Amino acid sequence: MSTPVIVNNTAAGTPPPALRKVEARENRIQRLSTGVLLAVIGLMLVWGTFGTAGDAKIALSDAFDAVQLPTIVLPGAVTVALCAVLVLGAALAYLSGRFNKRAMTIAGVVGGVALLIGFITWAAAGSMAVFTMTNQLQGTLAVATPLVFGALCGALSERAGVVNIAIEGQFLTAAFAGAITGSLTKSLLAALIAAILAGMAMGALLALFTLKYFVDHVVLGVVINLLAAGLTGFLFHQLVGSDTAKYNAVPIMQRIPIPGLEKIPFLGPILFNQTALAYLAILMVPAVWFLLFKTKWGLRVRAVGEHPHAADTVGINVVATKFSSVVLGGAMAGLGGAYFTIGSTGAFRPDMTVGNGFIALAALIMGRWHPVWAALMAVFFGFVTQLGQTLNPLGSPIDSQFLLMLPYVATIIAVAGLVGRVRAPAADGEHFVKE
Amino acid sequence: MSEELVEEKMMPATPAPVPARAPASRRWVSLVVTLISFVLAFVTGAIVMVVADPEVLGKFAYFFNAPGDALGASWDKISTAYSALLRGSVGSWLAITETTAQAAPLICAGLGVALAFRAGLFNIGAQGQAIWGAIFGAWIGFTIKGLPWFIHIPIALALAMVFGALWGAIAGFLKAKTGAHEVIVTIMLNYIALYMLQFLLTTPMLQQPGRSDPISSVVEFSATMPRLAGTRLTLGFFIALAAAVAVWWLLERTTLGFRIRAVGLNPHAAATAGMSVSRTTIVAMAIAGSLAGLAGAQAVLTPTLLTGFPTQLSLGIVGTVGFDAITVALLGRSRPLGVVLAGLLFGALKAGGLTMAAEAQTPSDLTNLIQALIVLFVAAPAFVLWLVPGLREKRPGADITAKAATA
Repeated sequence: MSTPVIVNNTAAGTPPPALRKVEARENRIQRLSTGVLLAVIGLMLVWGTFGTAGDAKIALSDAFDAVQLPTIVLPGAVTVALCAVLVLGAALAYLSGRFNKRAMTIAGVVGGVALLIGFITWAAAGSMAVFTMTNQLQGTLAVATPLVFGALCGALSERAGVVNIAIEGQFLTAAFAGAITGSLTKSLLAALIAAILAGMAMGALLALFTLKYFVDHVVLGVVINLLAAGLTGFLFHQLVGSDTAKYNAVPIMQRIPIPGLEKIPFLGPILFNQTALAYLAILMVPAVWFLLFKTKWGLRVRAVGEHPHAADTVGINVVATKFSSVVLGGAMAGLGGAYFTIGSTGAFRPDMTVGNGFIALAALIMGRWHPVWAALMAVFFGFVTQLGQTLNPLGSPIDSQFLLMLPYVATIIAVAGLVGRVRAPAADGEHFVKE
Repeated sequence: MSEELVEEKMMPATPAPVPARAPASRRWVSLVVTLISFVLAFVTGAIVMVVADPEVLGKFAYFFNAPGDALGASWDKISTAYSALLRGSVGSWLAITETTAQAAPLICAGLGVALAFRAGLFNIGAQGQAIWGAIFGAWIGFTIKGLPWFIHIPIALALAMVFGALWGAIAGFLKAKTGAHEVIVTIMLNYIALYMLQFLLTTPMLQQPGRSDPISSVVEFSATMPRLAGTRLTLGFFIALAAAVAVWWLLERTTLGFRIRAVGLNPHAAATAGMSVSRTTIVAMAIAGSLAGLAGAQAVLTPTLLTGFPTQLSLGIVGTVGFDAITVALLGRSRPLGVVLAGLLFGALKAGGLTMAAEAQTPSDLTNLIQALIVLFVAAPAFVLWLVPGLREKRPGADITAKAATA
């Protein structure tokens, strides 16, 4: 790329072979930074090879499964070394820039898979315990549940042009509302509805103050998060502090195995033995996609998010459309918040959502504001989070704190390095004042 | 390689919530709006307090038979809590100095958030930056021995500021070079800093020998801020005031400050004028981080409130200073004097909150709620003006504020 050559894009047909395509500066930076990232990780794996001794045991089914699949035994050092070579190869492919887009994608996928296998092997090698793949993947889906809901919440708000930094606060409020209603009524359904309503209330607050009182979206989102933390913290200490048995004895959703399907080897326990909330998350992804892309309402939502004045000109009620989308998003966030209490551990703790709302937001950006891609990215973050949980009891060579850091580091790498240029809805974060 | 031209747009940059210098009448309205926001926040806090108390709320069940009962109980609840809040913050000379002690780290970290705001950056990462400041402030504080305090304290503060600056600069660098939104990056960095603190507190670098729990050795007396005998007024408060003056001078009287403000107001114009937006972004985040680091160092170098003895680094030592700093900066309108005043106010809430928890059995989280409510109302002048119609009629063109907010 030494001499820049102007390519005439509008010319029909392919450019003459003598001309080389010029890479845009942003593409180049992104390609190089991905390459450097892969190279650094590859070198870390090379370094890890020297400390790896013994075999890594990766089980494909756990002891309780009906159909027992074999446990894969990987020779530690050899596997890590091989993966290191593959990751470095992918890094070289990125850095050289001599390959076309498809080859780069393949290199990226190979590098990513090698990175995961290499990391798991390195962490599990030499341990007496077994890395159970089914537990990892089942846990992934569970941990990803709130992230998927959060990403859907973000998709609904931001497609309508309202930046939603407040997902974290919506989670927290919904988690609390679900916990308290659950303990008082002992009804999971009531708790779930309370969580949804709490999420919607916070969504309505966000919508009201951005749409009617023109508060900056990001500022308001952060303030709502602080408000949610203060409110739930105060109520928690006031109520639960006085009577834990009454206010924090929370019923928990049980896993519902789907008859028949859960017997499928490997996939059954992962996909078909989850809580109702996880099934709902899976169902909501196509539902939100359908709403946004196949209905009149969805078209309007996207229109007000891209160009509110144009939408206004054709008679769409901009503010009402935005409001409905943000509040519906709040319902999604409410479902996500329910996961933290009634969906998993039960009891509420202050600030228990630990940044999941922001990870969901990162998934939304990585998924380029598309509900399906955002949900897939949320599953990826769930995988990384769960990896820390699965590796921890194996007595792996890294401290548990670093395993707990994994999702946060992955989020930073994701929003900084791998996303590249993404395009938010054109009027995202802008105020609409009717002329 | 695709050469398609995609419109360059990440998430929209946060416009700094810094109002332009307004004419006197507008500033008067702004002051009134702020005061009404306080009232609204405390009223909402009172309502939450009553609703959250089952005992008081129970009296409302027979409200129509004996309204005095419910109202009396509510009034008791509210007045006990708020009078304890007032006593604990400004009720005595000791309480006032306690307020200054609580305000000092808030002012430092608030300045960090405010300075980033002026550069158009939303620094939610003051918490993580403060944690690094606390780590290295404490580390210098207990490893070096035998120095006089006027050398020991500056060294500890300097190293804390350096590491706070580095942590802030990471977010600035990623924002400048890759466009990663600083809100997400700084939040993630907060969690990473917390886990790093957890990890380091189990290593010989920080952990007190012979302890198995995550706690460091006690900071030397020579690294602990001297405090006025019989009060809680420490050197830290004066350092915070000096930091505010320094930030004012930086922003208003230096070229770098001009660049920061220019980039914050309009990055495209700044770039057209030949300023390096990315370098300014990184430098602004580094300075913001150093101020938050200073706040973290204050947390470990300030003597324990009750006994006056040196403290030791533990997991919760910085508290929620980084998040309170956001509210301080927002309420202070990102101006140094405003930050000092807002820091004093929220410091008073914190100081009073402790008394309120001890004497009125009201969880001190109430002050966090009130803090967030104040900022919510202050950020929404249009809402306050809508709520108080009298104020609206005094000015021609009721929705000027609303229009200004959209600009």
